[in-house]
Amino acid sequence: MNPLSNATARTLAQMADMNENPLDILPEVLLLAGAVACLLLGSFTPRTKQWRIGLLAVLTCVAGIIAAIVQAGDPPATTFGGAYGIDPVTTTVRVVVLAGTLVVLALSMRPLHGHPREAEFYVLLQLTALGTIALAGAQDLLLLAAAYLLASIPAYALTAFHKDGPGLEGALKYYVVGALLGVLMLAGITALYAAGRATSYKTLHTALALAPEALLAFGAIGLLAGILFKVGAVPVHFWVPDAVQGASPPVAAALTTLPKIGALAALLRLGAVVFSESPLPWAPLIAVVAAASMTLGNLAAFFQTDVKRLLGYSTISQVGYLLLPVAVAARTGQAQQALLFYLAAYALTNLGAFAVVCALPRARALPHYRGLARRRPLLAASLAFCLLGLVGTPPTAVFVGKLQVFSAAFDGGYAWLAALAAANTVASLFYYLRWIVPAVSRGTGAENFDGDRTARSTAYAIAASSLALGLAAGPVLDLLDGALAV
Amino acid sequence: MLTTLLFLPTAAALLLLALPARTPRTAALGIWITATAAELALVIALWAGYDTGRGMQYETRARWIPSAGVSYHVGTDGLSLPMLALTCLLFLLCALYSLREHKRPREFAALFLFLQTTCLGVFVSLDLILFFVFFDLSIVAMYFIIAGWGHKDAARAALKFFLYTFIGSLALLLGFIGLYLAASPHTFNIVELTRQNPLAARSGYASLVLLALGIGLAIKTPTVPFHTWLPLAHTEAPTAGSAILAGVLLKMGTYGFLRIAMPMLPDAWRRYAIVLVVIGVVSVLYGALVALAQDNFKRMIAYTSVNHMGYIILAIGAAGVAGADSAQARSLAVNGAVVQMVSHGLLTGALFLLAGVLYERGRTYEMSAYSGLAGPAPAFAGLTAVAAFASLGLPGFSGFIAEFQIFTGSLGPRPVATTLSLLGILLTAGLFLRALSTIFLGPLRLPAAPGTPRAFPDIRAHESAAVVPLLLLAVVIGVAPRFVLDVVEPASRTVLELLAR
Repeated sequence: MNPLSNATARTLAQMADMNENPLDILPEVLLLAGAVACLLLGSFTPRTKQWRIGLLAVLTCVAGIIAAIVQAGDPPATTFGGAYGIDPVTTTVRVVVLAGTLVVLALSMRPLHGHPREAEFYVLLQLTALGTIALAGAQDLLLLAAAYLLASIPAYALTAFHKDGPGLEGALKYYVVGALLGVLMLAGITALYAAGRATSYKTLHTALALAPEALLAFGAIGLLAGILFKVGAVPVHFWVPDAVQGASPPVAAALTTLPKIGALAALLRLGAVVFSESPLPWAPLIAVVAAASMTLGNLAAFFQTDVKRLLGYSTISQVGYLLLPVAVAARTGQAQQALLFYLAAYALTNLGAFAVVCALPRARALPHYRGLARRRPLLAASLAFCLLGLVGTPPTAVFVGKLQVFSAAFDGGYAWLAALAAANTVASLFYYLRWIVPAVSRGTGAENFDGDRTARSTAYAIAASSLALGLAAGPVLDLLDGALAV
Repeated sequence: MLTTLLFLPTAAALLLLALPARTPRTAALGIWITATAAELALVIALWAGYDTGRGMQYETRARWIPSAGVSYHVGTDGLSLPMLALTCLLFLLCALYSLREHKRPREFAALFLFLQTTCLGVFVSLDLILFFVFFDLSIVAMYFIIAGWGHKDAARAALKFFLYTFIGSLALLLGFIGLYLAASPHTFNIVELTRQNPLAARSGYASLVLLALGIGLAIKTPTVPFHTWLPLAHTEAPTAGSAILAGVLLKMGTYGFLRIAMPMLPDAWRRYAIVLVVIGVVSVLYGALVALAQDNFKRMIAYTSVNHMGYIILAIGAAGVAGADSAQARSLAVNGAVVQMVSHGLLTGALFLLAGVLYERGRTYEMSAYSGLAGPAPAFAGLTAVAAFASLGLPGFSGFIAEFQIFTGSLGPRPVATTLSLLGILLTAGLFLRALSTIFLGPLRLPAAPGTPRAFPDIRAHESAAVVPLLLLAVVIGVAPRFVLDVVEPASRTVLELLAR
C-alpha cells in the first residue's frame, strides 16, 4: 500500500476526530456575530434610531434559541477536540441564558432610549451572555478560564454603565474581587494541570484519581474560588449586594441571573466529571458552601429596605439551594435534572421580580410599594406571585425545582442539608412577606407607580410563564435528562 | 366529576376577577353564592352515587410530572367524602353570612372561592405532591384573607399564621420525600405507597419520616405544643375566615394522619401511638383549661378547638395500640375521630359565625362587656345556647355521637388516658355555661365604646340562614347518624386493616 495515502488517511481521521464544525456551536457563533454586528452598526446609527440595534440583539437571541432547540435532539457529543460539550446541560443553559437576555433587553430598551451609548449596552450584554454559555459548555480548564473572563469583564462595564456614584462603587468592588479571584482561579488551574498533566476534563477525570492530594486541594480551591465568585456564593459573595444595588435595575436583573446559570452548570461538570474519582471531598465541601450561602444570605436579607439589595441577598440564599444538586452531582442520577430545572425556574422567577422593580423605577424601598395593589392590581399580583414563587410555593416552577433538589439531596445522602434548606425556606418567607405586605395593603403611594409599560407587560408575562412552567414540569423535566458529553 | 367539583370554584373566582371593578356588590356576591350552591349540589350528587361497599371511588388519574413520580390523581372514599360535604356546606353558609360584606366584596369572594378549591383539593388528592400543593395554597389564600379583611392586629396574626403553618408544610414535604425515596419504583402516589408499605423493614428511617409528618400535621391540627398560632389567627380573622379556618383547615391535619401517616407507616405508628395518646390528652386538658381562663369569646372558642381536636388525636393514638381483642374498640375510636371532624366543623363553624354576629353589634369580643342579651335578642341567645350545648357533647347532637365513640373505643386500650380526658368534657361544660350566663343573663348591658350602635338587634335573616343549617345538621347526625356512619365505617375498617400489617 502507498505510504503516502496511509498518512493522508491518518490525518483525515484525526481531523474527523478533532471535529471542528462551527455549526455545532451555532448559538454561540450567532451571539458573537450579533455582538460584533451591533458594535459596528451602532457606530453608524443615529442616536434616536439606536433601538434598531436593540432589535438586532433581540433577533440574535431568538435565532440562538431556535438553533439551540434544533440541536437539542442530537445525541450528546463533544466538539473542538473535546473542549466543548453539547448535551442537555449546554442546551438548557443556552436556552435559559438567551431567554434571560431577551428579558433583560426588553427591560432595558425603554430606559435606555436615546442614551448616547445605547448600542454599547446591547453589545456588552450579548458578550457577557456568550461568556456565561461558554462557561457551561467548557470541557477544558483553559476554555473555562477564557469563558470566565468573557463573562466577567463586560459585566463590570455594565454595572458602571451610567457612571453614577453607586454604580461606580459597585463596579469597583465587583472588579477588584473578580480580578483577585480570577488570578486565584488561574493559579488553581495551573496546579490542576500540574497534578493531572492535562486540562481536558476527560483526562483529568482519570488522572486526578492518583494526583498528590495537597496539589489537588490547592488547585481545586483556587478553581472553586473563581467559579463561586461567578455564582455569587458565600464566602465570595461580597460584591453581590453592592453591585446589584448600584447598577440600574435591568443590569441588576442580569447580574443576579445570567452569570450564575453558566457557572453552576460548570460546577456540575466539575463535580460529576473532573473531581468524581479524585480524593477531593467534593460533596462535603460544596455542602458547606451551600449551607453557608443559604443561611447567611437569608440572615442578611431580613431587614433590608432597598428592594434591589433585598433581592441581591435573596439570590445569595437561592444559590445555596442551587448548590445542593451540585454537591451530590456524583452521588445521584437526579442531580442534573434537579439543577437544570431549578436554574430555569429560578432565572424566570428572579427576572420576574426584577421586572416589577424595573416597572416602578421610582419605588426604591419597601415602603414605597404601599398601596400598589389598589393602583396596579396586576403588577402587585405578579410581584406576589414571583416572590412567593421564589419561596417555592406550589404550583409555581420553583416549587417543582425545590422538590427535585430536595429529593436529589436526600438521595445523595445529604438529608440534613435538605432539612436545613427547608428551614431556610421558611425564614426567607419572612423577608419576602415584608415586601408583599405593603404592596397589598392600603395606602397612598400613587406617585411612585408610574413607569415603564414594557417592563409591566414583561412582569405579567413572566409571572404567567412561571406558573406555566410549574404546571408543565413533566415534559420539561424529561427534556433535561440525558447523559453528559465527556 | 371530582375534577369539576375541584375547579368550579376557581373558575368562578377567575370570572369574578375578570369582571370590571365597578361591578355591583350584589353581582359579585350572587356569583359567589351560586357557585358554592352548585358545589353543594354536586357533592350531594356524589354522596348519592357513592357505593358504601367499595373503597376509593370517582377516581381520575392523569400524568403530570411522570419523571418525578407525580401524577394528578384524585378520588374519594369514606374518609374524605364527609369532609367534602362539610367543606361545601360551610363555604356556602359563609357566603350567605357575608351578604353584608362591604369591604372589597369582589376580591373577598374570589379569595374564598379559591380557598374552597384548595380545601377540596387536600381531601380528594391521592398523590402526596398534589396534597402538598393544595395544603400550601390553602395557607396562602387564608393568609390574604386574614391580612386583608381581619381586625386591627391582622397583619401580625397573618404573618404568624403563615410562618408557623409554612414550617409545618415543609416538615411535611421532607416526610413526603422520605416516603418517595423509600418506595420502589419511586412514587408519590398515595394508593401505591399505602399498598407498598415501603418502610416496613426500616424502623429508624420510618421513625424519622413519621416525626416529620407528625410535626407537619400536628402544627396544622393543631395540638399542644404547636397550637400557639391558632388563638391569634382566629381572633384577628374575619368571621367567615375563622369559620373556615376552624371548620375545614384544621381538619387537614387530622385527615392527613388518617390518610397518610397511619396507612403508610403502620409499624412506626404502632410503636409511637402512646406519644399521640399523651399529646391528645394534654391537648384536651390544656385546651379546656386555657379556654376557661379567656374573657374573649372568640379566643375561647379557638381554645375549645384545641380541646376538640385533642379527642381526635387521642382516638387515632389509641387505635394504634396493639391487641387483637380490641379490634372492635379500635374501629369505634377511628369512626369517632372521623365523626368528630365533621361534628367539630359544624359546631365550631356555627359558634364562630355567632361570635361574628356578636362582634358586629358590639364591636368587641370581650364577654364581660355584655350582659343580659337574652332580652333584646332571644333568637340569637337561643341559637348560641344550642351551639354551646352541642359543642360540649350533649346527647342528641353530633358531638355526643363522636365523643361517645371515641371514649368507648379508647377506654379499653388506654383506660387512664381516656379517664383523664373525660375531665375535658366537664371543663368545656363549665366554660360554655359560664360564657352563656355572662353574655345572656343578668341585667342588660352593652359595650359603651364610641361609634357602637346603641340597640342590639336580634339575629338577621341572612345570619340565621348561615347558622341554622349547621345546627340542624348537628341534630340530624346526633339523632340519626346512620347515613354518615354507613360511609365512614368501611373506610375506618380499611385504615385499621392497613395499620395492622
